[in-house]
Amino acid sequence: MTAPAYNKPLLDVRGLTIEIETRRGPAVIVDGINLTVGKGETVGVVGESGCGKSLTMLSLVRLLPNKIKVRGGTAVFDGRDLLQMSKSELRQVRGGKIGFVFQDPMTSLNPVMRIGDQLCEPLIYHRDMKKADARKRAIELLKLVGIPGPEQRIDAYPHELSGGMRQRVMIAIGLACDPELLIADEPTTALDVTIQAQIVDLVKELRRKLGMSVVWITHDLALIAGLVDRVAVLYAGTVVEDAPVGELFKRPTHPYTRGLLASIPKLSDERASRLSSIGGTPPEPGRRPKGCPFAPRCGLAEPICHEHVPALLSFAEEPRHRVACFVAQRQMMEAA
Amino acid sequence: MGAQPLLKVENLVKHFVVKLGAFGEKGATVYAVDDVSFDIMTGETLSLVGESGCGKSTTGFTLLNLQRATAGKVIFEGENIVALDEKRMRPYRRALQIVFQDPYSTLNPRMTVGEVVGEPILFHKLATKAELPERIARLLADVGLPSRFAQRYPHELSGGQRQRVAIARALACQPKFIVCDEAISALDVSVQAQIINLLLDLQQKYGLTYLFIAHDLAVVRHISDRVGVMYLGRLAELATREQLFSNPLHPYTKALLSAVPEADPELEQTRRRQILTGDVPSPLAPPAGCRFHTRCPIAMDQCRSVVPEWREVVPGHHVACHAVAESVPG
Ligand SMILES: Nc1ncnc2c1ncn2[C@@H]1O[C@H](COP(=O)(O)OP(=O)(O)OP(=O)(O)O)[C@@H](O)[C@H]1O
Ligand SMILES: Nc1ncnc2c1ncn2[C@@H]1O[C@H](COP(=O)(O)OP(=O)(O)OP(=O)(O)O)[C@@H](O)[C@H]1O
Ligand code: SF4
Ligand code: SF4
Ligand SMILES: [Mg+2]
Ligand SMILES: [Mg+2]
Repeated sequence: MTAPAYNKPLLDVRGLTIEIETRRGPAVIVDGINLTVGKGETVGVVGESGCGKSLTMLSLVRLLPNKIKVRGGTAVFDGRDLLQMSKSELRQVRGGKIGFVFQDPMTSLNPVMRIGDQLCEPLIYHRDMKKADARKRAIELLKLVGIPGPEQRIDAYPHELSGGMRQRVMIAIGLACDPELLIADEPTTALDVTIQAQIVDLVKELRRKLGMSVVWITHDLALIAGLVDRVAVLYAGTVVEDAPVGELFKRPTHPYTRGLLASIPKLSDERASRLSSIGGTPPEPGRRPKGCPFAPRCGLAEPICHEHVPALLSFAEEPRHRVACFVAQRQMMEAA
Repeated sequence: MGAQPLLKVENLVKHFVVKLGAFGEKGATVYAVDDVSFDIMTGETLSLVGESGCGKSTTGFTLLNLQRATAGKVIFEGENIVALDEKRMRPYRRALQIVFQDPYSTLNPRMTVGEVVGEPILFHKLATKAELPERIARLLADVGLPSRFAQRYPHELSGGQRQRVAIARALACQPKFIVCDEAISALDVSVQAQIINLLLDLQQKYGLTYLFIAHDLAVVRHISDRVGVMYLGRLAELATREQLFSNPLHPYTKALLSAVPEADPELEQTRRRQILTGDVPSPLAPPAGCRFHTRCPIAMDQCRSVVPEWREVVPGHHVACHAVAESVPG
């Protein structure tokens, strides 16, 4: 598989830092994340529950909850900093050039509005469509995401749909206006493998047809293997490893990444055998250790790990593979 | 092994009446669950899999009498619980728990995590007020959350953290039976492994019984004793884990198993899935005969008119398909 060449990134996030107000003062949740997405590129974002994936993406479209603020960094999209845009400029981008699929369909879908009306809204606002045309397009979108009987289902309320159908309605809304960038936060957690495959094919097709770029947050490493060009692994609010997808699976390097891959249940496992999991829990915002954030759980930790934070550095022979780990970096040096 | 059924589900039916049209002027029926029968054995993990919208959650809700069954019975401790009103249902509620697919909509937003988890403990008098903080802390630790989380509100949690609070709440009741409806789907693989290990430990220690609804077939294969496959409101196949994964009989099960992705990019770039073609029918107008006939690669004439009978073709292996011979070499 050859990844397309990306000259100028469509989205370039640098040093993004997000803080939360707590009783003991501000605490850093997202700690200087760097993330680029090229035109037509699909980037997978994985990481431990609670490591800041959703807040990172919400900050890009400026939908952070109260008490949580961006403290630093830039997020340049198509030449303009999303974090500096005015409210009205942002409204033009959100749901138009940037499509968004939220993690929690029940809270982001309006429970008292028919799904058809919720699908038509962005089409009428961003695309100036007439109501009847928007409805036609909405039915088409529901069909694309594999909802049977879309002509009838368009009039359903969210609670009348199954969990996976609601999720697919969210995907349809995210894709409604042919976005240049789709940000999807755990969009397929409720979907069975056949429908998942259908959604993956749909996204691939739009990527080819429209040159759409995609950020796909997920914990499903098997799904990522067949969809994305590149993977960024997050831990405690920072990127700890970033590599082309084939490279990451062939040579997972950061101890956290290795732990993740080792936790995947295999189809050949014995029933009820214990699964390997990474011991311990990730540090909470405001209680992060001084050195490497993974040090308290890391089997390879050395004294330096508890003192200093490792930087994200490239492999000599594969510059697109970067890892933030002292031990891995030393081994790279020794091997070179 | 004289395993006793904990729950007997007999010909369970759930239909929803919905309003259609821009003004809700037309009525229609959603055939969500139709004539489903199976036993859940004490101490086993029975998984339900199947396409999104095929009726898995509705089966879970209905068999716990959280939604009124349209017809059918669910026998628990000699009582048909789906016929009980809420008041007579109450004595059974503690023993029969569910972790919902959508935890956010079911956790009270005005209660702290500590209150959410502690409420059933106090309500069912499973601990004294003085013991409560410790009990809550232990439950949170079991699902991998620090005890400080007890002070937080559900909206202050990430998706996976909320899901774990819902699991802690169900476990707080010390139930006999838990419906886990996509209960670990929002968790990264490491936390997922931790929760699966916890569920298996509790099962071993207390003989807990699970109905596990999930779409991740590797997880299903890992934890299940038996697996049921649903298609459009009906059971297509039900068998032990070994039977189902090594010798699937129903054409839909075969297609489903062929679509399982693997965590291997090279394999994924080149793999050939068996994509089902044909119209995906709507549960508002399910096809006559076998509901799978519009997509079945080997459908025959009789499939379009005759509903295939639900039968046990090998001991423990049930299937509903005209093409499966009367007895299959096991
Ligand atoms: N409104 C809030 N108030 C306080 N803390 C919050 C709030 N929202 C999120 N957090 C905390 O910030 C951290 C990052 O949350 P985020 O939702 O970004 O995690 P995530 O990586 O998306 O996790 P998951 O995979 O479980 O969805 C978590 O530890 C969470 O508890
Ligand atoms: N309250 C309701 N009113 C009307 N229809 C409903 C209601 N609840 C569920 N349905 C319909 O019943 C069918 C079965 O839904 P159910 O939620 O049981 O599916 P599921 O198998 O759990 O799917 P998923 O994997 O997507 O969660 C769907 O067609 C759904 O739209
Ligand atoms: S820097 Fe040290 S503690 Fe951090 S992951 Fe590498 S070896 Fe482990
Ligand atoms: S009964 Fe007929 S249509 Fe249904 S699964 Fe069997 S062969 Fe296919
Ligand atoms: Mg999240
Ligand atoms: Mg469901």
